[in-house]
Amino acid sequence: MRTWLSVLFAALIPLGLLASNFHGQARSPALANSQPGLRGTGDLGVIIERASGSVQIIETTGQSSLARIKGLGDLSHASVVFSRDQRFAYVFGRDGGLSKIDLLQQTLAKRIIQAGNSIGGAISDDGKLIAVSNYKPGGVKIFNADTLVLIATIEATYGDQGELSKTVGLVDAPGGRFLFTLYEAGEIWMVDCADCAQGAKPRLTKFKNIGLQPYDALISGDGRYYIAGLFGEDGMALIDLWAQKPAVTRILDGYGRGQKKLPVYKMPHLEGWAKADNHYFLPAVGHHEVLVVDAKTFKQSGSIKVHGQPIFVMARPDGRQIWINFAHPRNDTLQVIDVKTKQIIKQFTPGKAILHMEFTPRGEQVWVSVRDENRIDVYDTRTLKKITSLPANAPSGIFFTWRAGRIGL
Amino acid sequence: MTFLRPSITANGSAILVPALAFVVVVFTFNLVMAFVPLSAQRKNELTNLVRQDCGSCHGMTMQGGLGKPLLPENLIESTPEELAEIILAGVPGTPMPPWRGLLARGDALWIAAQLKTGRIKRGNTQ
Ligand code: HEC
Repeated sequence: MRTWLSVLFAALIPLGLLASNFHGQARSPALANSQPGLRGTGDLGVIIERASGSVQIIETTGQSSLARIKGLGDLSHASVVFSRDQRFAYVFGRDGGLSKIDLLQQTLAKRIIQAGNSIGGAISDDGKLIAVSNYKPGGVKIFNADTLVLIATIEATYGDQGELSKTVGLVDAPGGRFLFTLYEAGEIWMVDCADCAQGAKPRLTKFKNIGLQPYDALISGDGRYYIAGLFGEDGMALIDLWAQKPAVTRILDGYGRGQKKLPVYKMPHLEGWAKADNHYFLPAVGHHEVLVVDAKTFKQSGSIKVHGQPIFVMARPDGRQIWINFAHPRNDTLQVIDVKTKQIIKQFTPGKAILHMEFTPRGEQVWVSVRDENRIDVYDTRTLKKITSLPANAPSGIFFTWRAGRIGL
Repeated sequence: MTFLRPSITANGSAILVPALAFVVVVFTFNLVMAFVPLSAQRKNELTNLVRQDCGSCHGMTMQGGLGKPLLPENLIESTPEELAEIILAGVPGTPMPPWRGLLARGDALWIAAQLKTGRIKRGNTQ
């Protein structure tokens, strides 16, 4: 009798499981029609957990975490680019690690240590090359995006002694090119690598005397302008890549002149620069200001007083709002600027050490990392209300797959 | 000491005396504070600050970034007092900012000692 009952019971368990499974699918319409395990990557992203050397793979439709990939080394200041099919994320670690993550299989597909100390990377317009910007040894290395096999090494030599400069502000540009900036040397180098995947040597163009201590750079979304920020001077160096013979011009010379420059506790980032309403919005170094610059003339047309020294100044994809975070010790605050009126319309204090923000592809959500609270906060950018929070281990950078289709990201 | 200047009027000395007394009090306070051992909580805060906020330029494990590496072998030539002075005053003309105002001398000395012995390692506080 007992055995008979347990047999019946055992037969019922799988049925029960099946039923609950169907129930689960019915509640998740996105998955209802798909074959099991099949999904797109357009709503995926990765979150850097810098203290534990891991990343989380997340999805923004249901705002959930899908997986954690561990063993990625020192991820302080880590950044990410995506393969053009949005399946793979390339993670650039501080310790020179280059990791390729398969977002669909949720695995570490490949990992190499390519330098002693590195700062960021880029992917070529055709998706075939990965370039990494290194502090030590100073220069840029270029890899096959598929295999991570080294294709070319560009040493950032300068001066009479052949010293190597740290490199910053590495971006991709149309036509199979990369651009980067030499911090100690004060130079910008352009690398033509259109045929590197077929074995051709990279061709270099050097722009010298761009200014003192360039600390980061950006490329405009159309791939036309490369702009390097200078730490040692008030001003920026600009190259128009559409010019017959591209050359460096100085813009915004002496912005903030006459005002006392404050100590800078964290270098601002230009990568998250914002263009909206025919203006660029840029972080001012050493001032509690966002600079407003005319996008045609590159003349400063104004500035907006903000809560602290801005780190990331990021436009919502439609350009209507700008979200800003700040340097230590004011890094517990976020501000939102309405682009039309140039007024601050909202201020949040989510917690200590707000490090990064990322918008969903059309900008209805923004994800914010709050490092010291071990949390990611997700905001609705229309209502300016928090939608949800996700736990994360000392999160820093947040990167969504839409970057795969953008020049310079 | 800018607060001394505008206050000197007809009865200037009346203001000068308390101002001087204030300076003396602040000075001795700082002197004493430099030798008062830091609380465990303060040490935790400072470890976190060094790894995260100094780390944004020097690397989270002090192996260097835009700023120089700050590992024991890089700091052999400097005494903790000299390092503390660099931390408080910064290095003009470079991105190294002055931390005076955010850090007391006692904090800076403690950080300098930690850096010289390499005790600020990953995993200490998290
Ligand atoms: C914004 C970037 C930045 C931050 C933040 C920063 N530093 Fe520095 N630091 C530098 C740079 C750049 C140098 C190298 C200056 C030079 O060229 O001499 C430096 C140099 C130093 C030195 C001297 C090293 C030597 O060998 O002479 C010490 C010590 C130091 N920093 C400690 C700290 C501490 C402690 C903190 C945090 C409380 C900190 N730094 C935060 C950029 C930074």
